[in-house]
Amino acid sequence: MGKHVLFNLLQVLVVMGFSPLAVGVLNRLKEIVESKRGPSIFQPYRDLRKLFSKDEVVANESSWIFRVTPYVVFTAPVFVVLLIPVLTSYPLFWAFMGDMVGAGFVLALGGFFTALAAVDTANPYGSMGASRTRMVGFLVEPVFLIVFFSVSFVADSTIPYIVQQKWVTPMANFFEPSHILLLVAFTMLILAEKGRIPVDNPSGHFELAMIEESKDLEYSGCGAALMMWGGWMKFFVLIIIFSNVLLAPWGLASTMDWGAILWAIPLILTKILFFILFLVLIESSLAKLRLFRISEFLSAAFVIAVIAMLTSVFS
Amino acid sequence: MTFIFNLNALAGGLFITAAFGILATRQIRACLRFFILQSLFLAASALLLGLSPFSIHLMAVAAINLIIKVFFLPWFLRRLLSKEVYTRREISQTMTIPSALLIALALTIGAYFFSLPWVETASTIPAIHINVPIGLAGLLLGALTLTTRREAVPQLLGLLAMENGAFFAGIAIAQGLPLIAELALAFDVLVLIFVAAVLTRAVHERIGSTAVGRLSSLREDPHP
Repeated sequence: MGKHVLFNLLQVLVVMGFSPLAVGVLNRLKEIVESKRGPSIFQPYRDLRKLFSKDEVVANESSWIFRVTPYVVFTAPVFVVLLIPVLTSYPLFWAFMGDMVGAGFVLALGGFFTALAAVDTANPYGSMGASRTRMVGFLVEPVFLIVFFSVSFVADSTIPYIVQQKWVTPMANFFEPSHILLLVAFTMLILAEKGRIPVDNPSGHFELAMIEESKDLEYSGCGAALMMWGGWMKFFVLIIIFSNVLLAPWGLASTMDWGAILWAIPLILTKILFFILFLVLIESSLAKLRLFRISEFLSAAFVIAVIAMLTSVFS
Repeated sequence: MTFIFNLNALAGGLFITAAFGILATRQIRACLRFFILQSLFLAASALLLGLSPFSIHLMAVAAINLIIKVFFLPWFLRRLLSKEVYTRREISQTMTIPSALLIALALTIGAYFFSLPWVETASTIPAIHINVPIGLAGLLLGALTLTTRREAVPQLLGLLAMENGAFFAGIAIAQGLPLIAELALAFDVLVLIFVAAVLTRAVHERIGSTAVGRLSSLREDPHP
């Protein structure tokens, strides 16, 4: 019991500690593909340290929402980490506190507060970004639901620890059409949800074209650091859900001793590195879509998810 | 054995996804690429079904498909159609892409329901519950492509996608499909493509567009 609690907290520490590294590696690799040297992979840590030591400026007219939002954005992914398998393939202490739909709701709570806070300061770019995020959001939502429903239908469960075993027992399940198509649909979702390239350009600095970035323009100091760190953790959590729950539980610890758990950390990071390489490939070979083309991208994701559901329901 | 049928199901899932791709992409090149992928998955399915009760006919079907639809047809279309037709960025459509996709989804779900009685009566044939509904859905999506696209080359691809769908269903139903029938059909398709491509090229040279809706009225001047 005590070990279960400790392992669960270790998962949170791993996600908190390594999410800036994942973003740093992603940025560095993208710059290398563009024949530049790029910042160090530890740059996100330096950014965090710099922002935490700076003063915070808050607009006079803003309400409590603006002040509370960074903490909500930071803690929402932490709660999700308690529910999903990060290092172990057996359920840990808080695993049955909520299922995948619950995890989705907690993640969406952070996005909801970010959108409110962006409108709160009456900065025109903020509300524009917030309304665009909602547009992407309501197109993403049905796809999320269909993906979760078909996953739970295939596995007869909504608990991620049980779902992940379904894809590899027996091994032939890995090649089920519903599995492969769900992976494709979920990849498109991660791109849309985190504002990566075909939907939004994360490295763009032009406010009129921003979707994701323009919402936290008003934050400074500690608040900005928490918003950034929360965003990176959400990204990390989505990759973990993709690679551990939906892809396969390879590399996870299956025994209760500390050696297996600690050995799982580099294995998980390797898995995430592969996903990041794939992401770099997508981001450097595609162009950003026009705003009203996003609905086409997401309806394609929706169609793929529904085909996945159909092939699993009718087989 | 189940592994082979699992792989066949995967080929089916990707086949229908490629059919959606033919319907929904905006560029003719991407459309053609999805058609190549679809034909590749059709060949893969034929190969897998030919493996499990061993059947030389299905192997031959796979080979003919691979040669004609994956290699020869794309090469031929690229060769014959002018760069202007082929590299057009945007294909004009009669409806927006999301609504076309939603109609296509409804058709796919319908195809699953329509094929339910067939699948139940012929449940002894392996893989019929995969190939028949997906083939039927591929046929319907090809027909939808034919109606929503306004230009000649994507319509041609829609027609070929319909043919692919019919074949996808056929390889599961008729295990010992005589080779001669497949050969005849393959050459039929070739002649069809040849005539259609030449015609498209000629129309494009005369009028400067292959948007079919605009060809219905007579016109005096050759350059509108």
